[in-house]
Amino acid sequence: MCTSFKVELLNGIHGFGAGGPAHASADSFKAALYLTSATINAGATVYTVTGEVSGAGYSAGGVDLTGSPDWIAPTAGATTTAYTTPTANIVYTTVTLTTAFNCVMIYNSTQGNKAVSVHTFGDQTITAGTFTLTMPTNNETTGMIRIA
Amino acid sequence: MLITTTKGLIDESLLVKKTGGIDNDDERTTWVEYRLDGELVHRSANVTLKKMPAMFGETAKIGG
Repeated sequence: MCTSFKVELLNGIHGFGAGGPAHASADSFKAALYLTSATINAGATVYTVTGEVSGAGYSAGGVDLTGSPDWIAPTAGATTTAYTTPTANIVYTTVTLTTAFNCVMIYNSTQGNKAVSVHTFGDQTITAGTFTLTMPTNNETTGMIRIA
Repeated sequence: MLITTTKGLIDESLLVKKTGGIDNDDERTTWVEYRLDGELVHRSANVTLKKMPAMFGETAKIGG
């Protein structure tokens, strides 16, 4: 989780769900991929093109989260943990990314591309194929964003 | 079945298919590769992210 995101939550910047005076409708979010050689981590504050992957079929900035809304409505679980997860899997269709990448940044494109979270995985390359990030089960133990 | 490759759509029967994956504490990943005459012409991957650390909301004890 990006440190700046935690501050921004306290300031009411991000709207994962609709409701409240600052967010009549939910914000839109995007997901960008980063090279293994990039230095993207929880210190990220905003989307950057530096270190982002490039290749056929991939546009700078990545892809939109495609749910409607982008995130499942934030929920409070039985153990007092609040959680939410993107509504749909994140899919990069028919891309060629030949330089190894291992990181995705999710950011809020409605709010100045402010970073939300950075997730790493094993090195990948894609050749004329599809890269899919399957979302975890949305609950209080595996949801993508959880506040305990 | 036709496979999207660097050389256009090619019938799967003409390609050599290889699959693999990893499953550890951080992710469950599967991938599929197709080669034509030894050349990689298609690779797709699916990554399922596992549990991320939760943020812990804490409050200070007033006067504590």
